[in-house]
Amino acid sequence: MRHWTYLIVLLACLCATVPLELLFQVRVLRRPRVLIAALLPELVLFLGWDLYAIHDRQWTYDPRRIVDVALPGALPLEEVLFFVVIPVCAILTFEAVKRCRTSRMPALPRPARRREPA
Amino acid sequence: MSYTVLAATAVIAAVAADRWVLRTRLLSSRDFWTSYAILLLFQLITNGVLTGLHIVRYNAASILGLRLAYAPVEDLAFGFALITITLCCWARLSAKPGAGNAAAPGES
Repeated sequence: MRHWTYLIVLLACLCATVPLELLFQVRVLRRPRVLIAALLPELVLFLGWDLYAIHDRQWTYDPRRIVDVALPGALPLEEVLFFVVIPVCAILTFEAVKRCRTSRMPALPRPARRREPA
Repeated sequence: MSYTVLAATAVIAAVAADRWVLRTRLLSSRDFWTSYAILLLFQLITNGVLTGLHIVRYNAASILGLRLAYAPVEDLAFGFALITITLCCWARLSAKPGAGNAAAPGES
């Protein structure tokens, strides 16, 4: 169970944000090609950074808290997933914020109307 | 290069990407900062778990040593750069005609 800790953290992040796709109709996950293209630059930059930092021993991972799948460069599987999951969470949040603001604007008069006696 | 130097460089690169490379100007928008505030809160929680449980361990020689919710302050710069670069790329690509953006006017 211990080995799943990092993966569970990532899963929790997805559980918190994936519902935004349906709740706010943000059309992020429904545009997979745009989504993958948007993630590519960040994946290259940050995985490169991660590989450098691992190689330079700037940070290390507790082998008891990650699954036993090491990718080239001693990169844990969870790190690759991190740079997919967290950016997806960010995009879903950003689109939900945008949708929230634009769709709430026209809805504002509704409670206002109720308050006005005329 | 230490984590501190790399994290600071990443922030500068993210700002440059938004201003001059992709010209998305997200850093001047309220939507970005509202999103960032929400994401920062969740970053402090998840990062706090990752570093608090010692899943990720930092070499004391490559960080300043100042910590916030168990995580090195450098993580804030790291997270900011990651979020900014991702959202800039997304904003640039999803705004393109044919990306399906205009096909979904506020249905709710």
